Amino acid sequence: MDAQLVPWPKVLSANFIGFANFIKLLGFHAQDGAWLANDPKFWKFTGNTLFLMMVIPIQMFSSLILAIIMNQKLKGIAVFRTIYFLPTISSGVAICLLWQWIYNPNFGLLNSMITKIGSMLGADWQGPLWLSSMAWAKPSLMIMSLWVAIGGYNTILYLAALQNIPKDYYEAAEIDGANGWQKFWSITWPMISPTTFFITIMSIIWGFQGGFEQAYIMTRGGPNGATTTLEYYIYNNLYEWHHVGYAASVAWFLFIIIFVITLINWRFGGKLVHY
Amino acid sequence: MSKELLASKEMKAKRELTIKFITYAFLVAFGVTMMLPFFWMLSTSLKETQAVYVFPPKWIPDPVVWASYLKVWSVVPFARFYLNSMLVALAVTLGQVFTSAFAAYAFSRLTFPGRDKLFFSYLATMMIPGSVTLVPVYILMVHFRWIDSYKALIIPAMFSAYGTFMLRQFFMGIPRDLEDAARIDGCSLFGIFWKIILPLSKPILATLTTFTFMASWNNFMWPLLVTESVEKKTLPIGLAYFQEVYQYTQPDWALLMAGSLLVTIPVIIVFVFNQRFFVEGIKMSGIKG
Repeated sequence: MDAQLVPWPKVLSANFIGFANFIKLLGFHAQDGAWLANDPKFWKFTGNTLFLMMVIPIQMFSSLILAIIMNQKLKGIAVFRTIYFLPTISSGVAICLLWQWIYNPNFGLLNSMITKIGSMLGADWQGPLWLSSMAWAKPSLMIMSLWVAIGGYNTILYLAALQNIPKDYYEAAEIDGANGWQKFWSITWPMISPTTFFITIMSIIWGFQGGFEQAYIMTRGGPNGATTTLEYYIYNNLYEWHHVGYAASVAWFLFIIIFVITLINWRFGGKLVHY
Repeated sequence: MSKELLASKEMKAKRELTIKFITYAFLVAFGVTMMLPFFWMLSTSLKETQAVYVFPPKWIPDPVVWASYLKVWSVVPFARFYLNSMLVALAVTLGQVFTSAFAAYAFSRLTFPGRDKLFFSYLATMMIPGSVTLVPVYILMVHFRWIDSYKALIIPAMFSAYGTFMLRQFFMGIPRDLEDAARIDGCSLFGIFWKIILPLSKPILATLTTFTFMASWNNFMWPLLVTESVEKKTLPIGLAYFQEVYQYTQPDWALLMAGSLLVTIPVIIVFVFNQRFFVEGIKMSGIKG
């Protein structure tokens, strides 16, 4: 392994250049009569980060469904809960390696299953290239993160919230003739809305900072920058390219974005929460 | 009871049983699906290196080969990585639990000017995303010359606003009568902390210990940044290191899967033994948060 040289000289002799980094990061310049971004890759990576965050509502919804199913007086629920939680607590690097192998285009689990099912139906199906395909790289990561998170923290939080709903509410609704759907919307959903609020905010905060391990281990940010997130961009700037100041400016951008969105969430989301 | 009432009760019981059966069936099916990748990991790790590249893939390796688990220790200095991870995780866990407990005691039981303001500003540091403090702390490590030392791996992680918060809330819930009684008997402040508060806080301390140990064991980005020489690397970095070794050839997936399993198993063991505390801890943080 090549020794990564610590940027001793650069870090120790860094001097103050004002907002130059920010202008480089966020600014635009005119060229040939059109406005071009100073750092087009930055906007691409921001887009990647936001795209990967689209899995958050799917995750939350799945966790809620799972929690509802698990919220019954059944023996041995703890066993299931433990099993579903295992992906969350496993080492991220191990999970990344595992899924890289699963996504292997020729011998991986997924494509093998796809081809097998295809041959059973008499068709010749070839699975996509997954991590090497520009179209499938991000969805691949989203599927993996769904698998990791589905039985994790959110499910536990929802389970706790569901168990806190007094049974009398449901009984009263039943007496009034409410069906399952109505019971969910009028009782369950409002009663768990504080938890939903909490999970939404935390998921967004974590979502903005995510994608590092996947990018470093599985794709190195490729193909062609398709899986580079802001976190990976910060790492590259700091450690690989030794642009320490620039890395800091990307981190600042991240901070401000997270802060603003959390604030917006708090103000508007807060109104939707029932206590 | 009338005939109709009996019949409808029977139907209700039958329906509940069906629902229970369907639920169990679903939970089992879902559990199996979730575990498929792990089975695949185990299965791959027990195959011969070349047997991995076979289509259609076999779930049960034939023959079952344990060689990869032995090879893992010699291809890269895996034992050293294990030692480092153990060392760092234990040190960080002890550090965090101790500093959080002392701080939580001060914030909940001692009175001094500016106590609550200090607590809230400490709490506010939790709002700053980790990515943002990454760059400045790294720069600090360079200035302190702590890069590539255990100090950089352990010391920045030894403090936790989260842990302090969690413990402080718990301590505040402990009734004061015990302390008053102890104080009458001449117990010092530290004595109260050591002999009364801590023993009563065993569940929450177990929760914090579990959380912290797992987070430290699985931490990847920070050790990646601050370690240079191979001797200081922790397990997650070690796993990624395997990839570098096989950069120009086909990766040895059996080896990689074996290594991945070896890295994941300690955390799973810690989790399974403490999962009761873990779940309680999550619930507490979620509901009060």
